[in-house]
This record gives sequence, structure tokens and C-alpha cells, in this order.
Amino acid sequence: MENEQKFDETIRRGLEIVKEAEEDRLMTLSVGPQHPGSGHFRFTIKVDGDYIVYCDPDPGYVHRGEEKMCEYRNFIQNIPHLERPVIHDSTNITYSYSLAVEELANIQVPLRGQYIRALASELNRQVYTLYWLGIYGIFLGHSTMFMWPLGDRELFIDLLEALTGARVTHAFNIPGGVRNDMPDGFEERCLRQVAYFEKRLAEYEDIFYNNPLFRQRTEGVGILTKEDAIKLGVTGSVLRASGIPFDVRKAEPYDVYNEIDFKIQYMKTGDSYARSMVPFLDMKESCHIIRELLDKIPKSGEVRAKLQPNPKGPAGESYKRVESGRGALGYYIVSDGTPKPYRVKLSVGSFRNMLALPFLLIGSKLADMPSIYWSLNYWPVEADR
Amino acid sequence: MMKDLVNPTNFNVLVGKLGDVLTRALDLPLGYAINWGRIWSLWPVHLETACCSVEFGAASGPRYDVERFGIIEAFGSLRQCDLVVVQGTVTRKMAPRLRMVYDQMPDPKYVIAMGACAITGGLYIDSYNVLPGIDGIIPVDVYVPGCPPRPETLIQGCMLLQEKIKRSKIR
Amino acid sequence: MGSDQSKTQNNSEQKKSSTDSTQTSISKKTESITPEFEGSLINQIVTRFSDKLVQVIYVRPGRAKILVPPNEIVQVASFIKDRLGFDHAESVSGTDYPKDNQIEVIYHLSSYSDDKLSSQILALSTRVDRNESRMPTLINIFKSAEYHERETFEMLGVYFEGHPRNERFLLPEDWADIPPLRKEFRIKGR
Ligand code: SF4
Repeated sequence: MENEQKFDETIRRGLEIVKEAEEDRLMTLSVGPQHPGSGHFRFTIKVDGDYIVYCDPDPGYVHRGEEKMCEYRNFIQNIPHLERPVIHDSTNITYSYSLAVEELANIQVPLRGQYIRALASELNRQVYTLYWLGIYGIFLGHSTMFMWPLGDRELFIDLLEALTGARVTHAFNIPGGVRNDMPDGFEERCLRQVAYFEKRLAEYEDIFYNNPLFRQRTEGVGILTKEDAIKLGVTGSVLRASGIPFDVRKAEPYDVYNEIDFKIQYMKTGDSYARSMVPFLDMKESCHIIRELLDKIPKSGEVRAKLQPNPKGPAGESYKRVESGRGALGYYIVSDGTPKPYRVKLSVGSFRNMLALPFLLIGSKLADMPSIYWSLNYWPVEADR
Repeated sequence: MMKDLVNPTNFNVLVGKLGDVLTRALDLPLGYAINWGRIWSLWPVHLETACCSVEFGAASGPRYDVERFGIIEAFGSLRQCDLVVVQGTVTRKMAPRLRMVYDQMPDPKYVIAMGACAITGGLYIDSYNVLPGIDGIIPVDVYVPGCPPRPETLIQGCMLLQEKIKRSKIR
Repeated sequence: MGSDQSKTQNNSEQKKSSTDSTQTSISKKTESITPEFEGSLINQIVTRFSDKLVQVIYVRPGRAKILVPPNEIVQVASFIKDRLGFDHAESVSGTDYPKDNQIEVIYHLSSYSDDKLSSQILALSTRVDRNESRMPTLINIFKSAEYHERETFEMLGVYFEGHPRNERFLLPEDWADIPPLRKEFRIKGR
């Protein structure tokens, strides 16, 4: 209750300052959509001297009406356009879609298929996080941290290309399993890559996370307390940085994740530093998961269930979620018994984390804006859908 | 009479005309040199419109490194830029902004339409909020197909643009 | 068709659960857990409010859905938050049912603070009239629903009374058509 009051007070105080101050004292700045540091997103801020007193996000520059389009295509045709919102994390965004359709149509995925899915999803998590890290690095003025992650990302992309046949848009997860089996020698390539990558991660830590300049710009900046995090319903790394060990892979294990032994990575401080550190720790943990998956994967077997050409189920609905690079990613699908969904709703991490943006920006300095904004692990295309 | 000609309003016109005359005169002897300077320092605007921007990022990463072809990384002010790479879907909300960005840039300026969405609307052609191609709002020089185009394709598109600039008259 | 449909859904659910034990091809998660815990949660709500008010649509492992009338939703939601411990909304969405002349607004609630609830999603739904689509907002109870409700307003035209900003969010500034997720909004060429 106290926190609720505090939260509301923060907003109210901001609004009051806006009202009271003389017209020329506050300066309105429009950040984006053409701004080096906003992506496909715009927010208006008002600054009083160096401090931000008001912030109003204005998303929708990439709103392409995915949810409406879903209603005109059948369950299989929906896969390619549903992975476009996050093409660098496309395996995860189709993962929960497949899970939801499987629940509707009552399809059982073969065990080897489940393992390959999880493997592809972990590899893709690395690809996503490395891209995000590169962007975060360059917007804090650290161009080495743009080059290194983007270079290492290509190696993971090579792996995924060998597995799925495409650089970023894989359309690999389909209801009933995955499209194809692993190529020969893929396990060894994965293991070699993971071993190399773990060495690189140590170097990242040295050059970026222990860099005094980076620490100065992020430590103690934009603190999101545990209570506020719960109240705002943020998810993913933003949530775990505020001291709540919640990960869908543990909370509600899907497919084979209940057989995998891993720890939830979280930090307690809740500042920008923690928010940028948690995805990094996740990458480390992901390396373990990849090893374990390769260890336990059954050596042969089917990778996909036999489906009829147009899978459909009885009328009903399902809500399924997975842990993506940006947090819980849920699909709510209503079916009326026809091969086309009646309604599809994506509940995506970026959209949920956007609520934290005005809350964190109001009261902080203008110079801290990039470090707060990018630490929210926000991908505008996904938020707009 | 001379006084009438050189008042402030006419003065700009005069200078503009003089500029035109000069460019025409310089086209033959110096055109090659000027174009040569232009093609090796193309500055793209930092305007991301949709998911193709991921591949644009990869193209300026270390493996593909467009900078070696003279496409400088997308950082800098709008007023110094001469290239718009439209990175994907242009929605109805983004379209006026795209035009505004284009109008603010100084001449000469070039446009690359990257991705199926920027060319025709692509996957989203039947969506209610997506423009079927950007050539309705800005003139396009080079179309780079793909969804998303591989970085190699983008680089090829840039080289085609350079070829085009080399052969055109200076403006 | 509103209540009819929910009844048929209910029946099919019961049928499903009765066949669960006999069929072997059901997914393994459905077999392993019997939804006792979920049932007890729902029972608490139903005993607190009468079962005339709260209609149980389905109870599955990890998922449960209830339907309440729009004018009671604030009470039910605050009970769910204070007594059951669901503390945030994962998504708010609406589904248009032109046949019943109704729009269903559905809140998927979940919990971070309670470990037992973290695998649960409670779907709190309500049905509003299509022509006069108004319902009270829940942002005073679930702050996390703020942007989701705003999106629901612009995509389906459901007005949330008490929400500070029932206005455009994702669509262009000059949007002058009916809300796009209503079923009579057809996309071109289809
Ligand atoms: S062409 Fe493909 S990758 Fe590019 S913006 Fe369109 S959908 Fe996205």
C-alpha cells in the first residue's frame, strides 16, 4: 500500500511540476523515431534543467496488425509472419505459438523433437542477447562492445543456419515438433562453439562490465525496487534484476526443461547495471543448458509428429508462455473449431516492460536516458506487433 | 537597375542560378571527381523502420563491415546524411516521418528500399496499417529484395547505388 | 450464445477430463497433475461470491477461467488480488463475438510473489455489450494492466471507466475507422 502511494506520488509530482512551472522553463524533447538511440519508437519527455519530469511513450511505428492478420490465415500459414516481430529471436516467438496450437489440437511432440526445439531456442537466446548487448554497448559509447558481440553472434548464426537453413528467420518450430533433424556433426560444432564462447564471455566481463566508465554510467541509475517490479508486472531480465527469481523455464517448465538442471540468474540491486548484467549471466547459464541438452538428447527418433495438412482442434482456447530473450512470451489463442484461429493475442515482454519506462525516467537525469532505456531490454517491433 | 536585381529576395535566386550555371560548367571537367568523392562517403540516416534493421546492424558488424565500401555507419546528424536506407515495413504512422526525414536532408540524396516490405509490402501486404511499398512517398534508387535481405545482398545494393552515382550527372 | 457457449465449453471440458484417464495419447502434463490446487482456488472465489455471479468456464492444470458480469469485476478482482495472491496482469485482451452481440474482455492474471502460484494463470473474463461497451477499469488493482487496457480500448473500442487515458496508442494519429479487431473490420482483399 505504501509503495502504491509512493508510485502514484512519483507520477503526480511529475505532473504537478509540469503544470506549475512556467512555460519556458520546461523544455519538451521528442526522442525518436529518427534518433540515434531510440529505435523504432518515440517518447516525449519534458526536462527541467537536467532532470526529466515527464515522459509519455508513443509506440506503434511498427504496428503491422499481426493479430488481425492471424485471423485470415490457418495455423501453419501463421508461422512466418508471427516470427517477424523479433526476427533475431524467432525460434522463441514461434515456440509458444506451437505450444499453444499443440494444446488446442492435442498434438504430442516426439522426445527428440522436444530436445532439438529447446536447443534451437537456447542458441537463439544467445543470438538475441548478443545483438542487444551490441546495441547497448554502442549507445553507451563503447564501440568495442558493438563489434565483439556482433562478431560472436555470427558464429551462433552459422550454427542456426546449419540447423534450420536461414540466417535469422528460421520458421523452425512448427506445431508438432521441428521442421528437420540436426545435420551430421552438429553436436561437435555446438560444443566447440560453446567452449569458445565461454572464453569470450570472460573477456566481455573484463572489458565492459568491469569498465569503470560503464559502471559509473549504470550503477545506481534507474532503480526499480522489488515491489515496484511486481506492481508494474515487468518480466524477464528487468524482473530478475530487481531480485525476483522468476523464469518461466523453472516456474512452468515446458517440453524438456523440467529435466534440465540450471539455476535462475538474478540480482538484487535493480539498477541499470543489474538489468544489463542479468542477460549476460543468462548467456552463461545458457551455455550450460546447451551442453546438458546435447548430453541428454536421444540419439535417434522422430523429430515431428505426423499431422494432417491443416491441423485444427475442437473449439476452445489456450494460453501458453515461454521464456524468451525479453521475458515471458505468451500466446492466447481462441479457436472456433475451424483451421483458422478465431483470435490470437500476443502478450510480449517488451510491451509489458514499457510500463516501467516512464516510471524510471521521471526524476532521473537526461544523460541517463540511454542507459535506462536500453537496459529495459526493449525491442519496439515486438511491442508494437 | 542593378540595385533592383541585388535586393535580398532576388539575391538568393541569383546565387541559385549562378550555382546551376557553375554545376553545368563543372560537370564535364570535374564531374568525375565530385562523384568519386560522393560514392566513397555515403552517410545513411539512422532511421529504422522495422525488422530489417537487424540485418542492417549485422552488415555494419565486423563480419560484413560495409564501411570498407564507403557506407559509413549510421551515426550522425540528419543534415549531414545523403542516404536513406528504408529498413523494412513502413507503416501508416511512420510514413509522414519518413517523408519528413527525407525532406530535411540536403541534396543530393539517395534512397535504398531494403526488404520485401519496403518494396511492395511483402508479408504484410494485406495488413491495415502498412504501406504497399515506399515508392508512393519517396523516390527510390535501388531495391534490395529479400525478407530480410542477407547482408551480402545489402552490400550489393549499395555497390549498385555507387555505380549509379558514378554514371549520373552531378546535381 | 454467450452462456450457451460457455456451457458447451464446460461440457466439453468435463468430457475431456473424463476421457483423460482412459486415453493415453493426452500430453504428459495433463496426466501428471490433477487440477486440485486450481480447483481449490476457484472454489474460494465461488464460495465468496455466489455461483450466480461467478461462472466457472474451465479448470485445467495451471489454467482456470471464470466469467463475471462487468459491474462486479472490481470486487472479484480485488478479492483475487488480496486473498488469493495474484499480483499482476500478464495480458488483457478482448475477443469480439458478433453473434452474441458481445465482446469478451479477458485478464490473464499471474503471480510473482507467491511461489505456488507462479505456474498458474487465472483468466478473469467479462462480457460487455457490443454497442454500449463500457466496463470499469482494473488499473487501481492491477497497475500492470494500464497499457494493455489502453490497447484494448483502441483495438476493440471497449471504454474503461476510470482509466485516465482512453485514447489512441498504437494506431496512427489520424485513424478514423472502426476499431480494427472488431470482426466487421475486414482487411482489404479478404
Ligand atoms: S522484409 Fe521481412 S524482415 Fe524486412 S521488414 Fe519486412 S518482414 Fe521484416
